Amino acid sequence: MIRILRQILRTGIVTEPLPSAVEEEIRRTGTELKKAISKHFRRSLTIRQVDAGSCNGCELEIHAINNSFYNCERFGIHFTPSPRFADMLLVTGPVSRNMEIALRRTYNATPTPKLVVAVGDCGCNGGIFGESYASLGGIDKVLPVDMQVPGCPPTPLALLNGILTAVDGYPGRKS
Amino acid sequence: MSMLSDALTAALGADLRPGIWPDVRPGARPDIRFESGQRPLSVVCCTLPKEKFAEAARILKKAYALLAAEWAADETPFGKGFAVFACYRWGKEYFIVKSELPADDLRFPSLTKKFLPAYRFERQMQSLMGVVPVGHPDLRPWIKFEDWPQDSFPLRKSFDATKPMPRVVGDYQWLRAAGQGVYEIPVGPVHAGIIEPGHFRFQAVGEMVINLEERLGYVHKGIEKKFESLSWRDGVRLAGRVSGDSTVAHSITYSMAVESLAGLPSGLSGSADPAGYSIPQRAHWIRALFLERERIANHLGDIGAICNDAAFAFMLYQCSRLREMMLRTNHRLFGHRFIMDRVVPGGVTADIDAAGKEEILSELEFISRDFEKLVVIFDESSSLEDRVRGTGILKPAKARELCVVGIVARASGMNLDCRIFNPFPPYDEYDRLELDVPVKISGDVHARTYVRIEEVRESIRIIRYILENLPDGPIVSDLGVPSPGTAGFAAVEGWRGEIIYWLQAGPNGEINRCMVRDPSSINWLGLEQAIPGNIVPDFPLCNKSFNQSYSGHDL
Repeated sequence: MIRILRQILRTGIVTEPLPSAVEEEIRRTGTELKKAISKHFRRSLTIRQVDAGSCNGCELEIHAINNSFYNCERFGIHFTPSPRFADMLLVTGPVSRNMEIALRRTYNATPTPKLVVAVGDCGCNGGIFGESYASLGGIDKVLPVDMQVPGCPPTPLALLNGILTAVDGYPGRKS
Repeated sequence: MSMLSDALTAALGADLRPGIWPDVRPGARPDIRFESGQRPLSVVCCTLPKEKFAEAARILKKAYALLAAEWAADETPFGKGFAVFACYRWGKEYFIVKSELPADDLRFPSLTKKFLPAYRFERQMQSLMGVVPVGHPDLRPWIKFEDWPQDSFPLRKSFDATKPMPRVVGDYQWLRAAGQGVYEIPVGPVHAGIIEPGHFRFQAVGEMVINLEERLGYVHKGIEKKFESLSWRDGVRLAGRVSGDSTVAHSITYSMAVESLAGLPSGLSGSADPAGYSIPQRAHWIRALFLERERIANHLGDIGAICNDAAFAFMLYQCSRLREMMLRTNHRLFGHRFIMDRVVPGGVTADIDAAGKEEILSELEFISRDFEKLVVIFDESSSLEDRVRGTGILKPAKARELCVVGIVARASGMNLDCRIFNPFPPYDEYDRLELDVPVKISGDVHARTYVRIEEVRESIRIIRYILENLPDGPIVSDLGVPSPGTAGFAAVEGWRGEIIYWLQAGPNGEINRCMVRDPSSINWLGLEQAIPGNIVPDFPLCNKSFNQSYSGHDL
């Protein structure tokens, strides 16, 4: 136990203020975001991540926004195991034919109002997999998408920024 | 030439020794011949009549060979029918047995009763290529879902892959257990965590699992078919996205398979490879640097996640911190956090300078110091040990029967590692990059974690050695064009295990078939066998300790 405590103390807090270029943007969305999240989501935004056919690259980066450097929980963002509790679906793609039905079901299981964020080049437009017998292309081929985060895979900062921007633009969409 | 081909020719009674390629000695039986188009020359490909396909498996099993892959190819562009292939591994050798099937009779004898991994390979071959394994005990489709049209075989040349397929009504027969107190838990495809989709069905009594049935295929994106529409150069981008966590290993394997077909004559610079191509030596070393960095980063993530699934979140946060540091260094030095698209056929596109070397060395110094502290904590946490020891055991005998590869194999007593037994540059005899691999025999979650721990240490040592001895020179060279009808093969030890690519050039020199064998294609069977007897709540822990790729399996 003493070793664990020592290691924790020695490590300290590694969570960083976001780098200046991104921080500028996030600060802008940040203040708005606080308001938006407080207003619409009772200070906590709950995300259900759905892999609709990705190569696992995007998943690794989504994991990374949970690590202590990015610490997405400080913005009130956390991930839920069930779509029933989710405010936002974070969907990576391309949508494979074999996942289409499961993705629609997950969407239908999520209470409205809800946001859909398409992650990665493949989630945006099918990427290198394109459209074929097995791949339907981007997420927007199946679900209404509120926000796209391109990148292969998008960096954790791009992901955070994308999520925040989606929330920021939230009042503009649906009832 | 090869011990396996000797064993086979002796047992078949064929008066045949592979003479000087591509000659076939006079008196040889015309139905048994060695393929002259298979590259590299160290990999032997032998064509047998299809009646002998399973007999060859029996002979090779007796010679203690393991089945590495089985696949089918559509050879109609060559004016022929179809062909089935089985690739065996024994020690340092890979040996491919091929049988040709006429287009009007696509049956071939199943290998499943000789080699268990053929179970899924053959279901997949039947589903996607429409060849029929005779004697296979379970011909439910695999990857092909029940709502696909029955007559759609995407890997056939006659199939139009650009059009979407209609959905039809169908049903999948699950295995069912019956009896008092037996119940079923379906899980997935959308899982609770941030992971890929797959479906698991547990038959359980009380807390104990009596059977686990996997159903995969949800992330089937038509990768193998997609390769056929790409050029040799563009294929590497797709290979880098077969499994995002193994992007480096997959790009290296693909590139090596292409290089074995289209390389320059050796002897200019770099290692004189028996395959007869020459890629700059520096490129090989930088590839190894990328490969080992990928290994460390993924192992760190896994060690943390395994502990987290045993409710020891401390390790997750500590390990992901170290992992994040490595990814950032990758981004700074090589321009991508996972070093995606930095390996191309012919070499690499990212170099490293003296400052970069310094940065990596000091980072390794830090990571290795912190990592050792964490290992002590791991060792001393008795409650953690209680969860990981004796959980999810894959016994050595079963592991061998299933022909598992990589960390799963090494945790179950099998001493397998392509870097040692099928050494590719710079791990081969020319560059002498030596290494030790850890082998454990208990086959439980603890063993699989500890194999990773020791591999992290070893990879840190390898990277230091690479940086000290990195040869100078160019990092990329031009490639030739693959000749029609040739086939290239490569096997590389990624962080999960052995990855195999087999590429066949068509009549016009294009990609006719690209077979991808991710370690997950075999190791998922290992998970299915390791679960019965464990309690349901231990499944996530066991699954994480295997951590197989869904995307690499489904393709």
